[in-house]
Amino acid sequence: MKDLTEDQIERAAKLKGMGTSRKRVEDVRFTQGKGNYVDDIKLDGMLFGDFVRSPYAHARVKSINIEEAMKVPGVVAVLTAKDLEPLSLHWMPTLAGDKQMVLADGKVLFQGQEVAFVVASDRYAAADAVELVEVDYEELPVIVNPFEALKSDVVLREDIKDETSGAHGPRNHHNHIFTWTEGNEAATEQAIDSAEVVAEEMVYYHRTHPCPLETCGTVASMDKVTGKLTVWGTFQAPHVVRTVASLLSGIEEHNIRVISPDIGGGFGNKVGVYPGYICAIVASIVTGKPVKWIEDRMDNLMATAFARDYWMKGRISATKDGKITGLHCHVTADHGAFDACADPTKFPAGFFHICTGSYDIPAAFVKVDGVYTNKAPGGVAYRCSFRVTEAAYFIERMIEVLAIELNMDAAELRRINFIRADQFPYQSALGWEYDSGDYHTAWDKALKAVDYEGLRKEQAQRIEDFKAGKTRKLLGIGLTHFTEIVGAGPVKNCDILGMGMFDSCEIRIHPTGSAIARLGTISQGQAHATTFAQILATETGIPADSITIEEGDTDTAPYGLGTYGSRSTPVAGAATALAGRKIRAKAQMIAAYLLEVHDDDVEWDVDRFSVKGAPERFKTMKEIAYAAYNQAIPGLEPGLEAVSYYDPPNMTYPFGAYICVMEVDVDTGQWDIRQFYALDDCGTRINPMVIDGQVHGGVTEALAIAMGQEIAYDDMGNVKTGTLMDFFLPTAWEVPNYTTDHTVTPSPHHPIGAKGVGESPNVGGVPAFSNAVHDAFRAFGLRQSHMPHDHWRIWKIASDLGLHA
Amino acid sequence: MSKMHIKLTVNGQEHEMLAEPRELLIHTLRERLNITGPHIGCETSHCGACTVDLNGKSVKACTVFAAQANGAEIKTIEGFAGPDGLHVLQDKFREHHGLQCGFCTPGMITRAYRLLQENPNPTEEEVRFGMAGNLCRCTGYQNIVKSIMAAAAEMNTAKEAAE
Repeated sequence: MKDLTEDQIERAAKLKGMGTSRKRVEDVRFTQGKGNYVDDIKLDGMLFGDFVRSPYAHARVKSINIEEAMKVPGVVAVLTAKDLEPLSLHWMPTLAGDKQMVLADGKVLFQGQEVAFVVASDRYAAADAVELVEVDYEELPVIVNPFEALKSDVVLREDIKDETSGAHGPRNHHNHIFTWTEGNEAATEQAIDSAEVVAEEMVYYHRTHPCPLETCGTVASMDKVTGKLTVWGTFQAPHVVRTVASLLSGIEEHNIRVISPDIGGGFGNKVGVYPGYICAIVASIVTGKPVKWIEDRMDNLMATAFARDYWMKGRISATKDGKITGLHCHVTADHGAFDACADPTKFPAGFFHICTGSYDIPAAFVKVDGVYTNKAPGGVAYRCSFRVTEAAYFIERMIEVLAIELNMDAAELRRINFIRADQFPYQSALGWEYDSGDYHTAWDKALKAVDYEGLRKEQAQRIEDFKAGKTRKLLGIGLTHFTEIVGAGPVKNCDILGMGMFDSCEIRIHPTGSAIARLGTISQGQAHATTFAQILATETGIPADSITIEEGDTDTAPYGLGTYGSRSTPVAGAATALAGRKIRAKAQMIAAYLLEVHDDDVEWDVDRFSVKGAPERFKTMKEIAYAAYNQAIPGLEPGLEAVSYYDPPNMTYPFGAYICVMEVDVDTGQWDIRQFYALDDCGTRINPMVIDGQVHGGVTEALAIAMGQEIAYDDMGNVKTGTLMDFFLPTAWEVPNYTTDHTVTPSPHHPIGAKGVGESPNVGGVPAFSNAVHDAFRAFGLRQSHMPHDHWRIWKIASDLGLHA
Repeated sequence: MSKMHIKLTVNGQEHEMLAEPRELLIHTLRERLNITGPHIGCETSHCGACTVDLNGKSVKACTVFAAQANGAEIKTIEGFAGPDGLHVLQDKFREHHGLQCGFCTPGMITRAYRLLQENPNPTEEEVRFGMAGNLCRCTGYQNIVKSIMAAAAEMNTAKEAAE
């Protein structure tokens, strides 16, 4: 690329395009309390819905009596499965090819399951009536452990007990959902059998929950005059919701308008379709009035969208000097009562087979068994691209365990096994083609930034001091080098309920040179209104401040698959850039006409086309836009609009190096994060300020998960962590300041080289925190201890290692 | 249930109403008065999304009855921006990227305002402690703390200039 002139640099700066830390346009509204979230929507005559939920984890529903509830003033209806059955809506399909009860049909399978839906004039009346619905339950044996489920005679899913095959192939037990494999098993077994060193470990990634600050909710409004159904809701994929709503209800798709208003955080919680959405829609159709349903926090934590719950049994083999030769993993995946995982259809375990991570491993094999238990359904990608967090945690723990087995430094073990920069595009043993990477450069930069050698010396001294009785605090150095796989995905193998996972952008340039662009995605805090305008500013030469970005209204936005799995930038971002280029291509013809030269004789110049060799002869985009509307240009249609639907040729593979330095108090189990360094390589950087913000937030969610956050059940299937009293969300007090850093390795197949960053910090953060805890105790013999590492569990590690003696 | 006569002054404007004794202040604000800046995130006073300023104290409106607030002066996020534009806290949250999804922001800013009234010159540690009743799931707090520290500095400079 030619060096820019001073004039060009000045003009480019005015655009606030890609690479600038443009301030967010969203904030003027949000800081004044002028956001418009679903619970802020108020319509004339609106009713309020609330659920009767099961107190039992497994029980037969013998009868439901709504008589007393109906007497509560303001109560309009109480819906049960019997009311939904004639509409065939008492069950609904899940994203994973299973089906799920909308309202309890004969039995309940998890605590908090939806049993009846009360519709009333306001939320107080609805809550009163919920208390008065009488449900007669007969308790059944409860299974909360997936290993027990596979041995138990107790049939959880009676509706499919005789089916020997499910959406993903054969079932080998009545509580078994699927077996899914990838890789070469024989070659992997052979590599492990003949290896000089083998490390084996069970790595458990516990059940947790995305818990966005805004819970899930909807307002459904059926207009009986026009026949049009409008549904506002916390939808990370509004267009798919419209298609599903049409298929389920029989209402033609053009008569359904789905709107995602402002969303108060999603993190995967708002991808799925929940019974509340269906019940509100049905209630609106039945009553002819708008119906609002908003979860409370307990509903949210108990019933919608858990994440993880993967038991990962691993074997990793290496030569005695540390070159990895094979990786084997068998996962027992607890899916709860219904398989409602949010994964592309053909991937029942998501992209778990990215579990060879950043390493050049010649032979690998994974097998995942999905299992039903009496827990809430879900298995969503909590700030994660479909089981990638599980995969990254698995491999980064296995590397640490192998380092112990080899008595080797874990940083060095990683370095000698990294995929080298000259190996990209790299074919992994589990079938992925990694697009680009330079792991050694990132790793060296990270180790140098934290003075890794100095830290190890300090740690050695600390261990000596501890043994000499001079301190009760140990020092842990948590290392992680993660490779993500995001941007789902190519339509040839990625779909959600049959809809290919492309995305889209439609741009209209107005006559005076400002613009509106609409996308198939929906921001939940990721600053799309700010950053997508930056892509367009650079591509079209229209200042970002003159571009409005709109998403989330299916009546106006082009069809897209939504925002999750870090796919907005890799997929919709690409569509945006390409739509911008279509605008520019037409603008070039207009400019050439206005300048009275051939199309090929003008060239792009930041915000204008100028005549080659005569830069003083030019037409700015503003002038071109006006001409598009006020001149008859031979051979060209009037107007300046473009639309692009982008089917990505491959996923993108962001990566990063995270290092956590943690002090651990052996006697209290308390921890203190002394330093956290996060280097991310997300390819081309669109807005560094927003990227840093994503990293801060993602690492904080990782801290929560690794250090205390879980959805825990007792043996009766009672949720023990159903409120924010018990479910750990860190406050400003527990959270450290993070140091962010970056390298830039653009994606070769993406129009602007961007890879996506939203999920990287959660994917990389969890193993960094967990490895720090493990590393603190490595010298005393700790190999593996399950998360979350709350104070009690850390105290227990120390106790089990005899450090309290 | 018999209703109570309740009088509130919210952002300088008086409101009178009849409400059940069990009505929560957050519902009064959001559903009766259409003041939807304060949000509901947990109903157990852990998250702070519903924080309002009540008679000069930060309170969580999800666990206060409207009846308890009878006669009170209440300030919500809607009462911050003036004819001259954004309040300095609003401006600094924007400048330092102290928000993402925006759901916690009204409560955060309302709490930060009271914190700076109580302690105009806080250390970072004091800000972190003073804000610990307000949860954010997006930002990791780093830029929230930065925003509040920057606002404190600017408010102090403005005060010195005025003296």
